Formats: sequence, structure tokens, C-alpha cells
Amino acid sequence: MFGYYLDMAWRSLKRTPVLTGLMVLAIGLGIGASMTMLTVLHVMTDDPMPGRSAQLYTPHLDPLPLNHKQGGDSPDASANLTWPDAMALLQSHRATRQAAMAGGTLLVHPAQPGQQPFYVDGRYTTADFFTMFGVPFQRGGGWRATDDAASAHVVVLAASLARKLFGSADAVGRMVQLGDNDYRVLGVVDDWAPKPMFYADATAKHYSDADLFFLPLSVAVDKDLQLNGNQSSWSKEALGKHSGSMSWLQFWMQLDTSAQVSAYRQYLVDYSAQQKALGRFQRPPTNAKLYTLMGWLAHQNLVPNDVRLQLWLALGFLFVCMLNIVALLLAKFLRRGGEISVRRALGARQRDIFVQLGIESALIGMAGGALGVLIAQLGLWSIRQRPDDYAHLAQMDGAMLLGTLALAVVASVLAGLLPAWRACRVAPALQLKTM
Amino acid sequence: MQTKLILAALRKHRLATLLIAMEIALACAVLCNACFMIANRLQLTRVNSGVDEKALAVLTLGGFDQAQPGDLNARVTAGLRAIPGMQSVSVINAVPFNEQGTNGGVTLDQAGKRFGGVVTFYTGGPGSFEALGLKLVAGRAPQTDDFQSMATFVPSDAQVVVSRTLAEHLWPGEDPLGKEFWCGGFHFRVMGVVAHMARPAAGEGGTGTIEWSVFVPTLPGHNLAGTYLLRADPADLPHVLRDAETAIAQIAPDVVLDHEGSRTVSDLRERYFRNDRVMAGMLLGVIAALLGVTALGIVGLASFWVAQRRKQIGIRRAIGATRGDILRYFQAENFLIVTFGIAFGMLLAYLLNAVLMKFYELPHLPLYYLPIGALSLWVLGQLAVLGPALRAAAVSPVVATRSV
Repeated sequence: MFGYYLDMAWRSLKRTPVLTGLMVLAIGLGIGASMTMLTVLHVMTDDPMPGRSAQLYTPHLDPLPLNHKQGGDSPDASANLTWPDAMALLQSHRATRQAAMAGGTLLVHPAQPGQQPFYVDGRYTTADFFTMFGVPFQRGGGWRATDDAASAHVVVLAASLARKLFGSADAVGRMVQLGDNDYRVLGVVDDWAPKPMFYADATAKHYSDADLFFLPLSVAVDKDLQLNGNQSSWSKEALGKHSGSMSWLQFWMQLDTSAQVSAYRQYLVDYSAQQKALGRFQRPPTNAKLYTLMGWLAHQNLVPNDVRLQLWLALGFLFVCMLNIVALLLAKFLRRGGEISVRRALGARQRDIFVQLGIESALIGMAGGALGVLIAQLGLWSIRQRPDDYAHLAQMDGAMLLGTLALAVVASVLAGLLPAWRACRVAPALQLKTM
Repeated sequence: MQTKLILAALRKHRLATLLIAMEIALACAVLCNACFMIANRLQLTRVNSGVDEKALAVLTLGGFDQAQPGDLNARVTAGLRAIPGMQSVSVINAVPFNEQGTNGGVTLDQAGKRFGGVVTFYTGGPGSFEALGLKLVAGRAPQTDDFQSMATFVPSDAQVVVSRTLAEHLWPGEDPLGKEFWCGGFHFRVMGVVAHMARPAAGEGGTGTIEWSVFVPTLPGHNLAGTYLLRADPADLPHVLRDAETAIAQIAPDVVLDHEGSRTVSDLRERYFRNDRVMAGMLLGVIAALLGVTALGIVGLASFWVAQRRKQIGIRRAIGATRGDILRYFQAENFLIVTFGIAFGMLLAYLLNAVLMKFYELPHLPLYYLPIGALSLWVLGQLAVLGPALRAAAVSPVVATRSV
């Protein structure tokens, strides 16, 4: 029966090519626009560390004084940690792995004569960073906790920076001048940049930034190296990286079991209570929180308002297109009252009519979906031309491609439900009489 | 008479009529709000910076200690002034749209009780005020004696020039000249007011505060070095900037030229508003697509109804209706449906606006958008129905005598 219905649907659609074309165009446009924006949202909210993200956590403490007022648009001062707090968490060693970090920008002085110095972004961090995030090394390796303690002048370079500085020669063991100091290269990592760059602070361009060097955090503090993230302070005392009232550090840890997670949660509250007892913290210790990686990304809300608005617009547009198709299908199906009545009189059940008309709407949906894929590719291409930092990520993967077709068919079958239901309820006798 | 007839006919197609009316209502709601958002975005991009954008460029250097610039400023300004076509070179901390600059919360009393808002401080060296081309509307421009050196980010006690918008915000209805304000331990007294002075970035508080700027005359040196304001004839400016960029390698081989931060101010402005223009274009696309699809729906449905009613049309023609009567019938029918849609759409438009106001920085939808939206939908409906209606009018009365 399915093949027969398909044939009938095809004949019916061919009889009204203009109307069919209009319906396919409408669903194609609606699906294309929606899938464009859904793809953008999909790549922006994707898991940056598949396989690892479930074990990664970031702590949140609230060291702000009671009378601290948060400016409407200024960054949340408690989003980052202060040096004393980060060091306390680091030295407590309560997680499987843990690392404190902050972004920095340094001037690289290439050793070769003739090359101009240039600025690069990188990260000041602690030893566990590489193993915890699974940073892939091409050569050499990261530093050890003893290097952190000794403020050793060592550096890990990204492959692109190593190539720029040393060409094809092995960079490990060579010296590189960053800012005013020389560092020994310990390792070279593949160009590694999770999207979004979840461990960077709110000022980072989460979808386009990449770290080109990694230095021990202790060196950055000793030499007072330049930071490129938020540094929020809430007291008039002399400020500096050591200050207990200036937040600038991010902290990530790996917790493997749920027992570890709940124990760490409790530890954060206890730590806050202890700091409150010491007079450093003023707010309730229960303000301390532990975020999962995806929870933290949701909390940071990286998707710009404009993208959300565009998604809603696209979905609204799809809805209008569907209304349109419902009206057109209704007119089309009801007009075939005579034909349906003949089939009913010849013994077709209401259900058969319903299935036949449903297949006809699904066929429109298939065609619309195919058109929608093309339109979505066009839409994504136009998004890639935009100046936003997420623009280059706007690519459709296989899952989204299948999703597009599925959405198109579902949308058109849904749109066909009401007209088909109305059409199969015509009274055959009345219709046949007027024929 | 006609209306009653049409309503009776539409009652036979309640569901299809309702669907098309709903589509028009949605289109009306989105049309009004999208047009309003486009107008908002475009208005934003037309902000008056108050400076001679076409004649100005900024050159940014890095790779030296801001706290100890030494003779860098003297070397750079002297060296760049020698470039042919250069009208002036001065030291400044930021220019409109380069998204740098220093923000600070100011208060109207020394104790810091009456908060005035977060403003941007332009710290500019001698010559920069004139080079910017700011238009003074009250008071005086900075004189040689007004320029003071600073220890941190602004001089501790300074005579300043503010924008008219900021003056009206801080001292509404009063003469701002001679008024004082504070930023922590720093004290300022207004000596002049300029017509417009945009901040380097819209900054905190959104679009309403884009002109909350203060110009503080400052002597270049400690913490004011490395950013230079170049002025040249607009025609010469691109090559003057290029020459300046190449000259830096000889003038100051010890520093690094920031290519990204060395641009003409018109270029910076273009970049600053690129996102808003993209968004406006995208909204325009949505409107076009939405109206197009709505028109398609009207065409499709009207064509169907015309085909369905061929016999009735023939009968009406046979008993005396003219072609014009039939044409007007379908036009009136469309007008009625669109009017239902618009009536509901206006409510929907206000609802949508309320939602947008909650989640986005958007003011109330001005009432005049509603009649404009209604009018465009009426016109769209009439245009869309014209083709099918003409086909209906062409139906011959002979049809009535044939059995279908």
C-alpha cells in the first residue's frame, strides 16, 4: 500500500505544481533558517572536552565584603579566585588533579636576527594542567610540581609558536625570551584550544582564543608578569598579585567519584567558614559552590543575546511557515472531497485516507528538507562571513544534517495532521451527491 | 451587503481563514518589532563622536614599561611630525571607538555618597584637544597651564572638559561650569563643555551613556605614553598613517608597533559597529522572508478558493455581477482577513515587545510602528490577492451553465 500511496501523492503534487512549489519553498526557508541558528547554538554550547568534562569541576568562593556592590555590566568580582584562596585549594590536594591558572600576554623576542618581537597570549598555570586536561604533547612534556615550587624558568610552547621561533628544528631544550626573561622549553604541544575555552576568564574570546605558551604560575607572580583577564579588587589596601582582596585566578580540578565531589563541596563550605572565622570572608560560607564544566559554561552564559534572539526569530519564522502550509494543505485536501469520497465509497477506511494524505505531506517535507539543507548551508556560509569570534565554527556536522531532514519531515507531517484529519472526515454520501 | 456575503462564505472555511489570519498576526508582530530593532541598531551606529573622525588616526605602541616610558613620547612625536602631510601629533590614552580608555565611577560629593555613574576619562597631552576637533559650547578649552602630570591614571586635581550629555546627567538644568566631581581621591572641576564626545566603547550602562566622557588635560609621561593621535588632511590620512607605521621602526626600534591598534578613526568606527550592521541586515532578511512567505500563503489560498468557486463565480456573473464586482469581492475578502490578522497582530506585537524589553535592552515600542505595520500588511495582502482575484474576474458566465 505504501508504494501506491507514494505514487498517488506524487501524482497529486504534480497536478498542482505551483502550490507544491510554494509549500516546498516555505518549509525549505523555515527549516533552513532554523537549522542555521540551531547549528550555531549547537557548536557554541558543545562539550569542549568530550570524555573528560564529567570529571572536571571549578570551585566558586565568595570573598567579597558584605557592602560590595556589583555594577550592572562590570564583571563578577567573585567569579575568579584570589591568590591566597587558590593556593590554599591547591595545597589541600583534595582532588585527583588540580591546577590554578590565569591568562597572560607576553612579548616574544625571537632569537633569529631580523625577526620583529611580537605579542602572544598564553597561560600561567601549575603542573597538573597538562595531565588534567589531557593536553597532547608533540615533544617533551610539562613541568613538575617541584618546578612550580622553585619558580623554575621553564615554558611549554604550542606547535605553531615553536615553528615560528625555531622552524623545523626541535624546540625542546632551547631557550626563548618572553618579556624580560629567558625560559627553557620543556615541551611542545599540538595547537590545542578547546572550544569554548572554558578555563579562561570572562574577558577571553572563548571561541577564537588559543594559548601559545604555558608558564609556571609562580614565575608570573614572582616576576609580576602581565595578565590579560579581569583583576577585580574590593579594598583600598596595596594591590598586587598576592593580595587577598583581588581576584584574578581560575581554578580547575578533576574529581572522579561522587563521594569525592560531595566531600569537596563540604570542604569548600568549611574553608569559607574558617576564613569567615578568621575575618577574611564576610558572607555566608554556603555561598561557596562547586560547578561542573558544563554547569560553569551555562552559568557563564557564553551565547550572546544576539544569537539567542536570532534563534527565536528563526524558530518563529518556521512556525509562520508551518501555519502557511497547514492552510494550504487544508485547502488542497478539502478540495479533493470528491476523490476522497469515491475512495471511501469503494471501501477505504478513514485511516487509509489519513495515511495517504500523511504520506503526501511527508513527501513535501522531504523535498522541503532537502531545500532546507541547501538554505542552511547558505545561511552558515553567511554566518562565517560575520566578524564574531564564533563565526568560523559555524559548520554543519552529520548529526545536524540528519537532524535537518528529520525536522523538515516532522514539521511537514505535523502541519499535514490537521488538514488530513479534516479531509478524512468528509461525509462520502453528501460529496458524491453533488458530483 | 458584500461584507455579509463574504463573512458567510468565510464561515464555511473557518479553519483556513483563521490560519491565514494568525499568520498575518504573527507577521505583523514580528514586522513591527523587527523594524523597531533595526531602527534602534542603526540609530546606535549613527552616534556622533564629536571628533573629526575623517582627519584622525591613532598609532599604538607596546613592548615598553608604561610606568617608565623615558623619552619615548618626545622621540615619537618629533619623529612623526616630520612626516609630510602630518598636521599634528599628540599623546592621548584613547580615541573614540578604539575600545581602550579608563573608566571610573564618579560622585558629586567628596564623601562619595552621591553616585553620578561610570564615566570614561580621556587623558590627552597638549595639542590633543585641538586635534580631536571637539566643539566647545560653553567655558574654555584647556590652556597650557591646565596640563598636569599624573601618578596613576588621571591627575589628582584637574580642570576638565565634559560632554553636554554628561553635564546634563550630572547637573540637570544647572550651569555645569565650575561644578566639581570626585572619583575616589581624585578631584575635578568643569572648565568647559563640548557638544559631543563619545567614549572609546559604549561601556557600562548601554547606549544611553555612550557620551559620558571627561577630557582631562594631562602631561605625557608616566602612564601616558605609547598611544598617539595623528591628524592629517582626510585625503592624506591613509598614507600618512602608513608612513608613520614604517617610520616607527627607525624612530623607536626598541618598541613594538601594535598593527591592530593603529588605524584611522573612521576605520575603528566601521569595525566598532560591524556587529550592529550585521544584525540589522539579518533582521531585514527576516522581515523580507516573513513577508514573502505570508504573501505566498495568501496567493496559494486565494488561488485555491478561486478554483473552488469557479462555478459560483460563473453563476454570479450570469445573474448580473460585473468583472469588477468579482474582483472587488476577492479584494474585500482579503482585506477582511488581513484586518482580523492585524487586530490580533497588534496585541501580539505589544506582547512580543514586552518580552524583548525583559531580555534585551530595548525601549517601549513607539505606537506609530503599529499603523505603519498594518498599512504594509494591507498593501501586501492586496498585492498578493490581485493575481488570483483577476483570474476570478476572468471566469466566464458560461461556466454556470456547465456541470463540473
